[in-house]
Amino acid sequence: MRVRAALAAAAVAAGLAAGCGSDGPATPVVNLYNAPQQNLSAIVERCNGLAGGRYRIVLNTLPRGADDQREQLVRRLAAEDDGLDVLGLDVTWTAELAEAGWIREWTGAHAERARRGTLTRPLDTATWQGRLYAAPYNTNVQLLWYRSDLLPEPPATWSQMMAASARLAADGRPAYGEVTGAQYEGLVVWFNSMVASAGGSMLSADGERVDLGAPARRALAVMRDYARSRAADPSLANTKEDDARLAVESGRAAYEVNWPFVYASMAGNRPGMLRHFRWAPYPGIDGPGRSPLGGANFAVSSYSRRPAQAFEAALCLRDPESQRIAAVRDGLPPTLESVYDAEGMREAYPMKEAILAALKTAAPRPVTPTYQNVSTVTAVALSPPGSIDPDRTLASLREQIAEALQSKGVLP
Amino acid sequence: MTARAGTAARTPSEGRRAERRLGWWLCAPAALVMVLVAGWPVLYSLLLSLQRNDLRFPDRRAWVGLDNYATVLTSPFWWQAFGLTLLVTAVSVVLELVLGMAVAVAMYRTVVGRGLVRTVVLIPYGIVTVAAAYGWKYAWTPGTGWLAGMLPAGEAPLTEHWPAVGIIILAEVWKTTPFMALLLMAGLALVPEDTLKAAAMDGATAWQRFTMVTLPLMKPAILAALLFRTLDAFRVFDNIYVLTNGAQQTSSVSVIAYHNLIGGLNLGVGSTMSVLIFLTVALVAFVFVKGFGTAAPGRDPEGRR
Repeated sequence: MRVRAALAAAAVAAGLAAGCGSDGPATPVVNLYNAPQQNLSAIVERCNGLAGGRYRIVLNTLPRGADDQREQLVRRLAAEDDGLDVLGLDVTWTAELAEAGWIREWTGAHAERARRGTLTRPLDTATWQGRLYAAPYNTNVQLLWYRSDLLPEPPATWSQMMAASARLAADGRPAYGEVTGAQYEGLVVWFNSMVASAGGSMLSADGERVDLGAPARRALAVMRDYARSRAADPSLANTKEDDARLAVESGRAAYEVNWPFVYASMAGNRPGMLRHFRWAPYPGIDGPGRSPLGGANFAVSSYSRRPAQAFEAALCLRDPESQRIAAVRDGLPPTLESVYDAEGMREAYPMKEAILAALKTAAPRPVTPTYQNVSTVTAVALSPPGSIDPDRTLASLREQIAEALQSKGVLP
Repeated sequence: MTARAGTAARTPSEGRRAERRLGWWLCAPAALVMVLVAGWPVLYSLLLSLQRNDLRFPDRRAWVGLDNYATVLTSPFWWQAFGLTLLVTAVSVVLELVLGMAVAVAMYRTVVGRGLVRTVVLIPYGIVTVAAAYGWKYAWTPGTGWLAGMLPAGEAPLTEHWPAVGIIILAEVWKTTPFMALLLMAGLALVPEDTLKAAAMDGATAWQRFTMVTLPLMKPAILAALLFRTLDAFRVFDNIYVLTNGAQQTSSVSVIAYHNLIGGLNLGVGSTMSVLIFLTVALVAFVFVKGFGTAAPGRDPEGRR
């Protein structure tokens, strides 16, 4: 008995000695799971250097598609996998993961540092029921991108767009206006912005009930009219962001509603066209439009064994210099207002004033733990946009979204 | 007389009973493993299907009886997927049977390079389905694909309903025809050469020999092949998951179950679908075995006749 105790004590002592040995304790590893981003490793390296041995971030890259990313994350979180520490989340996932208890609330000094200097709209996407669950990393808004050689004055509303396209078509010039009409998240994004631009919303403010009143009917009518107008590309019902970009770059379309990545792409692919490639605010219905709001936030997994280091790492990954690198080298608009005046931003973001202005009024997507269900049934109900029947589509949307909010009903 | 007959019957039966007991003991480990790996998941799905169980709302779990079944069976999405699955199953199995039979006869009658021919024919079956499906997907995507390149510009067949369904069936048929051919070739070996020669002596043409001698003698092999392929085809998942992931109303029952389980995190509704798929597959197997007299694998051939 005594022998065994002595052995145990010796083992503990040996362990301690090893722990304080010359190589020092192993640096705690913080596993970061994020969507593919070309220069994220540079940001990670920088933070690892700054950490000075307090933690070491290991970058794990998720699949390219947003649905695939979410699937991998929720599958592992549901299994209480402790191999995930910092999670790069799409702005629409906060409520779902927070409600399921899979991500930690940000409190105290960490929350204070995540909030300081952060733009309001992106901060709202990281909040669920008044609590902060993530630190905003990047944000995004759509603008109207147009060729000034075809359209000297940018249209300000969807009806002006249809009229402009009709004129261009009559002159035999490229007339299409591209918008994301395929049956996927992009169609929901379009619809949500249209409803917001008409003065309504998809859900009540608390996310518990369906709103979709008269403004939604108006939005549906405009979408249907647009899809049947001269402005609509014949492949509208299959158009995603990248198809829209390509249609303008190839000269088939005169303008597009899209994210700012199209500017860098135009500069790279068709430098000759860049001179006439301009931007304007997101088009409205009667008054000014409300752009969709995108972006990503960093959350800390509830099953992380090193939450203190994970919060620190997340804060470093979204500090001003990290956001500047992401903005200038990867085209991801910052969530910290000060970064818009940082070095290199003027060249990379000639449209930064327009982005900041759009961010003031951007329309966030509905905030609910069942966003995935709401989005899926909405996309199916609206596809193809040309066959929208405002009254009938609205009624079926109201019914299906009400079911989706209860996580009842079947997903297609 | 009766008493003696009784004892006579009992004495060997003592030994037989001991033998049977030993038999049970010997197969108990295997049976236990089967129950654990197959029985428990089935039972667990059944239990989940009776619950409201959404991973996002851990606090709202409850027993709801058959509510989930009502939800699924009244959903147009479910019936759309069910109809598509039946269509894909029927069309692909029929095509595979016809093509597989042709390939089987060709393989069986090949004189030169028999090994090479059989190996080449089996290649599609040897390729991992997901890898092959990606091959098809890129081939049919404008800009990256040689097949899409042969279509008029602006055609994206995977983004329209019927072309997408056609491509799914094509990928299934391409992939599993060799499997069908292999099973049918085993059936061809059952047909005695003598019978065929006798039929030829009686003046039967090649077609008559095939339809009136070969096919009837091959019936057990054909039915077994059809059963395997029908059950497989009804559960089609990987090809659709890669090619369209259910867009343009091309979900099969397995794909829609996956979307509700993994995407929707709704264990209740998803498990209900799994149970319904299980029941349908069981029904198909029952019809084949009882209705057409398909021999279950490993069944005593004496018992059948």
